[in-house]
Amino acid sequence: MRLEPRTDTPLALRLLAPVGAVAAALALCALLVAWTGAPVLRAYGLLFEGAVGSRFALTETLTRATPLILTGLAAAVAFRAKLWNIGAEGQLYMGALAAVVVGGGMLDLPAWALIPVVMIAGMAAGGVTLLGPAVLKVRFGVDEVVTTLLLNFVVLLLVSMLLEGALKDPMGMGWPQSAPVVEAAELPKLVARTRLHAGLAIALGLSVLLWLVDTRTIWGYENRAVGANPRAAAFAGMPVTRVMLRTALLSGGLAGLAGAAEVCGLKGYLTLDLSPGFGYNGIVVAMLAQLHPIGVVGAALFIAGIFVGADAMSRAMPVPNYIADVLVAASLLCMLVAGLLARYRLRRG
Amino acid sequence: MKGGPEVVLRLAGISKRFGPLLANDNISLTLRAGEVLALLGENGAGKTTLMNILFGHYVADEGSIEAFGRPLPPGSPRAALEAGIGMVHQHFTLADNLSVLDNIAVGTESLWRWRSDRGAARRRLLDLSQRFGLEVRPDALVGDLSVGERQRVEILKALYRDARILILDEPTAVLTPQESAGLFETLRRLTADGLAVVFISHKMNEVFAASDTVAVLRAGKLVATHATASTDRARLAELMVGRSVKPPAPAPLSPGEPVLELSGVTVASGHGRPLLDGVDLTVRRHQVVGIAGVSGNGQTALAELVSGLIRPDSGRLSLKGSVVEHGDPADMVRRGVARIPEDRHSAGLVGAMSVWENLIAERYHDSSFSRFGVLRRGAARTYARKVIEEFDVRCPGPDARTQLLSGGNMQKLILGRTLAHGPDLILASQPTRGLDIGAVSYVHSRLLDARAAGAGVLLISEDLDEILALADCVTVAYHGRLTPLLPHDRVSVSQLGLLMAGHWDILRDILPETVDAA
Repeated sequence: MRLEPRTDTPLALRLLAPVGAVAAALALCALLVAWTGAPVLRAYGLLFEGAVGSRFALTETLTRATPLILTGLAAAVAFRAKLWNIGAEGQLYMGALAAVVVGGGMLDLPAWALIPVVMIAGMAAGGVTLLGPAVLKVRFGVDEVVTTLLLNFVVLLLVSMLLEGALKDPMGMGWPQSAPVVEAAELPKLVARTRLHAGLAIALGLSVLLWLVDTRTIWGYENRAVGANPRAAAFAGMPVTRVMLRTALLSGGLAGLAGAAEVCGLKGYLTLDLSPGFGYNGIVVAMLAQLHPIGVVGAALFIAGIFVGADAMSRAMPVPNYIADVLVAASLLCMLVAGLLARYRLRRG
Repeated sequence: MKGGPEVVLRLAGISKRFGPLLANDNISLTLRAGEVLALLGENGAGKTTLMNILFGHYVADEGSIEAFGRPLPPGSPRAALEAGIGMVHQHFTLADNLSVLDNIAVGTESLWRWRSDRGAARRRLLDLSQRFGLEVRPDALVGDLSVGERQRVEILKALYRDARILILDEPTAVLTPQESAGLFETLRRLTADGLAVVFISHKMNEVFAASDTVAVLRAGKLVATHATASTDRARLAELMVGRSVKPPAPAPLSPGEPVLELSGVTVASGHGRPLLDGVDLTVRRHQVVGIAGVSGNGQTALAELVSGLIRPDSGRLSLKGSVVEHGDPADMVRRGVARIPEDRHSAGLVGAMSVWENLIAERYHDSSFSRFGVLRRGAARTYARKVIEEFDVRCPGPDARTQLLSGGNMQKLILGRTLAHGPDLILASQPTRGLDIGAVSYVHSRLLDARAAGAGVLLISEDLDEILALADCVTVAYHGRLTPLLPHDRVSVSQLGLLMAGHWDILRDILPETVDAA
């Protein structure tokens, strides 16, 4: 058996790849579920019901999907330019940090003005965090996988320091958390008496906007050319360095926005457990979506559904909700294989 | 079949299919000890596929191979090596950061041995090197060697593994005429020793210089096998292309005003000898200036300079009389330079993008292709359709992915992108490398048309026949310097070869009026 590259990948196959990958991941994890002694089909049934089976479940899944769409877009945008940003987690916390600082009462503005200011502050903080590694990459060839990954820990320790010190909420009864953002900085709810907030609308709008930019504008055109073949792009006269730095600002900005939206839409204040790995899971989302901005929405909904559904399932059965992490990780691995299979054909002999 | 030396290799009924493409169609060949077989054919005729099957990189769909009377198991390079088949690839497979000796010995010693016996390896290498006249320095780093030297290392590597059948894939593509002659001399020594050689080529003169037998492939089929002595160029060319071909014939034109002037241009390399060392060069309208030279003598730096990718460290570059201060690629395009890059796959085109996206890559800022940052996709596609038709690019349409095009069509695409706008200067780096005869003559006629229309052409090529066929004047690059311009009718191939090897003293014979030009 050997692999031969396909000359062209049909659209049906590109759509089928993530579906097949998810099916394979579910099948693999069924073994683990069976190991706990729980009936597999019922477990998956409960997971599905817990994700989309009720108004509450659905809004919870959408709430959970909001930051994942944004971090997924962050990864997709960067990966398309071959900028391997593994630091969305840190950029997310930087965005959240900027949100609690700017939205914490420092500015006395009405909501229609304060919300955009806080969101832009979050984006700026996230973007600048990635700008450093990107500059190091284009100037000195420093591997951004290493720098962005390690910056995650730097940022987390910085946040931890601030939450124990300068930003510690005096009313927080000693907990390491920041003071809440002012009411005018809070994102409005989309559905009354649920946790679903306007961050989802922002995320959906951005994914459509990014798709339009990607396909219709000079910016997107340059981004795609630089991502696919930087040498040819430079030869044709495109500003390769500027495109890389622009991409870094955008990618980091999207991750920072995810953090700001979580603070202002959901939590109200910043703690060290703001993100259960949204930054890392954004990579899975982007890969499942094959780096397509619209696909990111679907992939984020799927991953969010797994997490929310697994929580519900684990309450009813002796299956720990870690299964969600395993499922997501297995999906990523299966997707990598499926992506390979979509680009190659398997031949006998 | 009867008598004669022993048959060492027999291919019987080899067929290989890649999707809809029949790359090899029922090919049978025999090779005898002491024989040099030239495998002649255009690109895509199936030469390399056939040799890759022989060497075990691919598995044939049908057919069988026998080496020295024994069947060769398919799909195993190791089996091919053990059967005594050695292959020298077009793109060398050497590690730049290892010495010659290490490159040759790597993989030949058991990993279970305590220490490698470098002394024995060195003796064996020097012995082989002497026996076949293949001079190498065992301790030199491969990264520091010239292309010709690397090729010698590749051949020695095969001999070191006891190859008795040597396959050479387009071995002369990177050599000077003298180096090629040296290679052919080596081949004669090898065959005198009883080795058999297959060499793949699409150049006619090599076939006559080196081979005993010539097998012509066209579109996957073996169309003829002849004793080389019993055939001639025209006949082989016709067999290869399937129709008769005419050489380019530039009309005599008197050169106009200068479009490109370099004076005292130096480009440092960061270590050691500069890439370009005080180069003076003038290219005029209605003139093709050919740069001959072994690769690595400054041609790449010269091309990058005129492309706008690098800037001179000292000296001046002027276009149409105005000095270019801070040239970058976009600036060069605006100033009317059409740039045909040496490597169309990696520098010329973005393979993953569509044909129309590649066609506008140098001018997407023009108001005809974008407004307020938004691409005018309809206009760009319409434009692409026009260029595709005008430059005869064979592709399904403007939305086709560029990497699916053949090499010749990719080059037509680049010609269309650059020549459609009436350039003043054309920089053509290796414009026909790897193209088949049909595409080569198309590229040549387009360049000559542009010359007739008033463009100056700077032609950088490793193919001396091409340079002498097209160029009005020739200059030779050696160690980053250029000879004065030599009129094409006053210099011969062998003189060019000497100049390419650095024997600039002969300039006095060619240009007696230029006193001590070098």
